[in-house]
Amino acid sequence: MTALLQVDRLAKRFGGIVATDDLVFEVAEGELHAVIGPNGAGKTTLIAQLSGQLTADSGSIRFAGTDITRVPAWRRSHLGLARSFQITSLFPDLSALDNVALAVQAHAGHSFHFWRKASLETGLRQPARAALEEVGLAHRADARASLLSHGEHRLLELAMALAGDPRLLLLDEPMAGLGPDESARMVDMLRRLKSRYTILLVEHDMEAVFALADRITVLVYGRVIASGAPDAIRADAQVREAYLGEDGDV
Amino acid sequence: MTLSVRSLATVLLFVGLLLLPLYVQATGDRFLLTLFTRIVILALAAVSLNLILGFGGMMSFGHAAYLGIGGYAVGMLAHEGIVSGLVQWPVALAASALFALVVGALSLRTRGVYFIMITLAFAQMAYYVVSGIARYGGDDGLTIYKRSQFGAWLDLSNKVVFYYVCLALLMATVYLVWRLVNSRFGMVIQGARSNETRMRAIGFPTYRYKLVCFVIAGTLGGLAGALLANHNEFVSPSTMYWTRSGDLIVMVVLGGMGSAAGPVFGAVALLVLEEVLSRITEYWPIILGPLLLLIVLFARGGIDGLLAATRWPARKKAPL
Repeated sequence: MTALLQVDRLAKRFGGIVATDDLVFEVAEGELHAVIGPNGAGKTTLIAQLSGQLTADSGSIRFAGTDITRVPAWRRSHLGLARSFQITSLFPDLSALDNVALAVQAHAGHSFHFWRKASLETGLRQPARAALEEVGLAHRADARASLLSHGEHRLLELAMALAGDPRLLLLDEPMAGLGPDESARMVDMLRRLKSRYTILLVEHDMEAVFALADRITVLVYGRVIASGAPDAIRADAQVREAYLGEDGDV
Repeated sequence: MTLSVRSLATVLLFVGLLLLPLYVQATGDRFLLTLFTRIVILALAAVSLNLILGFGGMMSFGHAAYLGIGGYAVGMLAHEGIVSGLVQWPVALAASALFALVVGALSLRTRGVYFIMITLAFAQMAYYVVSGIARYGGDDGLTIYKRSQFGAWLDLSNKVVFYYVCLALLMATVYLVWRLVNSRFGMVIQGARSNETRMRAIGFPTYRYKLVCFVIAGTLGGLAGALLANHNEFVSPSTMYWTRSGDLIVMVVLGGMGSAAGPVFGAVALLVLEEVLSRITEYWPIILGPLLLLIVLFARGGIDGLLAATRWPARKKAPL
């Protein structure tokens, strides 16, 4: 398997805190790679560096053979990197459909079109509807994003990430704040998506991670302490001690 | 389908503005025409400001600079004997666009208070620069002895003709802004106001779109400046003083930032109120200030927001 994403000795410091400490890992084409770790392990910082909101202090990120370490966020999106946000980050005044249509528009050539009404462009609306359909939000297409429930926000986040037809999905805790039923539905959804997309999943929900992941990387204080198949991670003594707790029953 | 209160009010406003010269003709109240020419011109400037302020979330505190630059382009050229509007107006627009390009390129790299301060600083710089040019009147300003010439078929020295030219340009600008904000370009601008981080994450290089938007708004501001100079037959540094930029912001906020025509309501309301109150008392700002405060506190969408929230009274269904 070839690596779609290669992270090499990536480091990021905030003052005295080392959020990412010479991180090395790879995501292979086609796999669902989960990153887990206790709070403060640097998972969200990692996602932000991969998607370009933060620039690394040192080290490199290669995506599909290109060095993207210094490439701005918007261009990474065009290379095929799409992210969802842990804390819902939408356009609250726009309808759910408009939210996704904007994500479609970002990948439909430049936007220096000044005259035609964007909401009448089937080239934007159709794919946006399809993405909403994909996550099961089609019936809420015309509702204002601010009026959707938390669970629906998570799905809308996902639909926006899918709209650009990405090569790699960076999902930052898609289950955050979901109830058990909603979580189960999200797991089903991700199971369907993983056959079509390469996914890097950061998640706290261990049950979900072990049910979905092909490979798991464990971060503690910005360092990789273990990486491998779910069974190997479950059995890893260091992981059990450092992260899952001595009597962690996973 | 019935017309909404907001659409009806907008239509009525423009019909009223279109019919105003007839009323003036009938009553002989020439002052009213002068007042409303000024209102229409400043409304144009406010509509252009709203494109960046309301739709783009770019809190520019230097929009009066474009009034001055457009005005001085006309004034300086006239002073040098170039009176053709076909030269003056394109120069006014180009100079404003260029100024907006420079200010935007620098200020749009900053956020919040810094953005406000930089746009303000550039406008004040322009103010001091023209104050210092003795050839064009310096502090005292520059009298324009001849309005822009467009040949025999369009005589701007005719006050009614000039009023209609201003009104036509205002209506064209409102239409232009309305088309812009609903286009793909407008979606990017509005998206960047709402959540710029997300816009970048989904693949938009927001800076260049905001810059183009800033330049369009500045160019339209320059157009208003060229009109204002023609209207006053005079241009002075005070045209671009920072309080004038504040007036434009008040018009936008009072009128409502949510629609292309909102600032027109704001300009009419503010300037008519100013006129009426100043006849009652010389301390008119004491009345106007609290009034504005009430609107900002209790009608966050301004006049346009109030109109949008107003529904027709429900008609009772006739019994069968």
